[in-house]
Amino acid sequence: MKHPAAIGWAALLALAPTAPSAEYGDVVLNRYSDKAGVRPVVFPHWFHRIRFRCKVCHQELGFQMRAGANDVPMADIIDGKFCGMCHNERVAWGPDRCDLCHSGKPGLRSGIIGGAQTSGPGRW
Amino acid sequence: MAQRKHSWPRSAAAVMLLAVAAAFAANSLWVRLEVDGVHDPRSPAIGVLQQPGDALETLPRDSAGNLVNWVKAIDSGAINPRTNLLPETQVLLREDDFIIAKFGSMPAVKFPHRQHTLWLACENCHDILFKAKAGANKFSMSAILNGEQCGVCHGAVAFPLTECNRCHSVSNASLQRRAAP
Repeated sequence: MKHPAAIGWAALLALAPTAPSAEYGDVVLNRYSDKAGVRPVVFPHWFHRIRFRCKVCHQELGFQMRAGANDVPMADIIDGKFCGMCHNERVAWGPDRCDLCHSGKPGLRSGIIGGAQTSGPGRW
Repeated sequence: MAQRKHSWPRSAAAVMLLAVAAAFAANSLWVRLEVDGVHDPRSPAIGVLQQPGDALETLPRDSAGNLVNWVKAIDSGAINPRTNLLPETQVLLREDDFIIAKFGSMPAVKFPHRQHTLWLACENCHDILFKAKAGANKFSMSAILNGEQCGVCHGAVAFPLTECNRCHSVSNASLQRRAAP
């Protein structure tokens, strides 16, 4: 072998586990997605808070603050509730653009990236 | 022909160099969606969705969370997120500060209503998390670290709990001095 070190490094890089390093505040919603055969939803807080203050979704739209506390069935979104209040083809893309929200890796666990348990000292 | 032989690899190298430079620009502080461990790199959304770095790099920088000082982002005018969708929604801003002092080993906490109501509605905290009465709430750091009270947001979307001194910001000595006759 000509470059054993280089091959070693390449192997190491290829085998290195890809730790989730999604953006702080990203929420994975997978209560129904996997079962329905679609990718889980990744909700990016960073993207939405540039455009809307927390109170818009957490008061007007009725999303509870705690990740996991909200039941968001697709039918409600199509009826204009929750995400559907903006994702209606007028403010933002409509619910027919499945892949844009359902963009997560299959099998992801629901929850928030960051979170008291993973970002701060968390549960000791 | 000879010229072509030489120029093609040179331009290819230039393109590669540009690509590498772009990948390592300031914007590389934020992980790209296709490698963030959450998005499926094969999803058709990749290439359509905005990359975090493209949106966040121009905003006031912070050292934790999204690396964005979100309050400064509003105050500086860098962003002006909508306060309401419905015209009848009351948008309130409250500007008083609360000092929560236990005179323990840590400095006292200053809670600024302004920075919170800039983003949140009163109902987001009152009375789900805190009673709307000074002195009526018992705060517990272990509850906060477990994602209760302030920890519902701080550690999830607001600056994380590693930033002790941003809340514990008022020296106990200064409070005792103020209270003295």
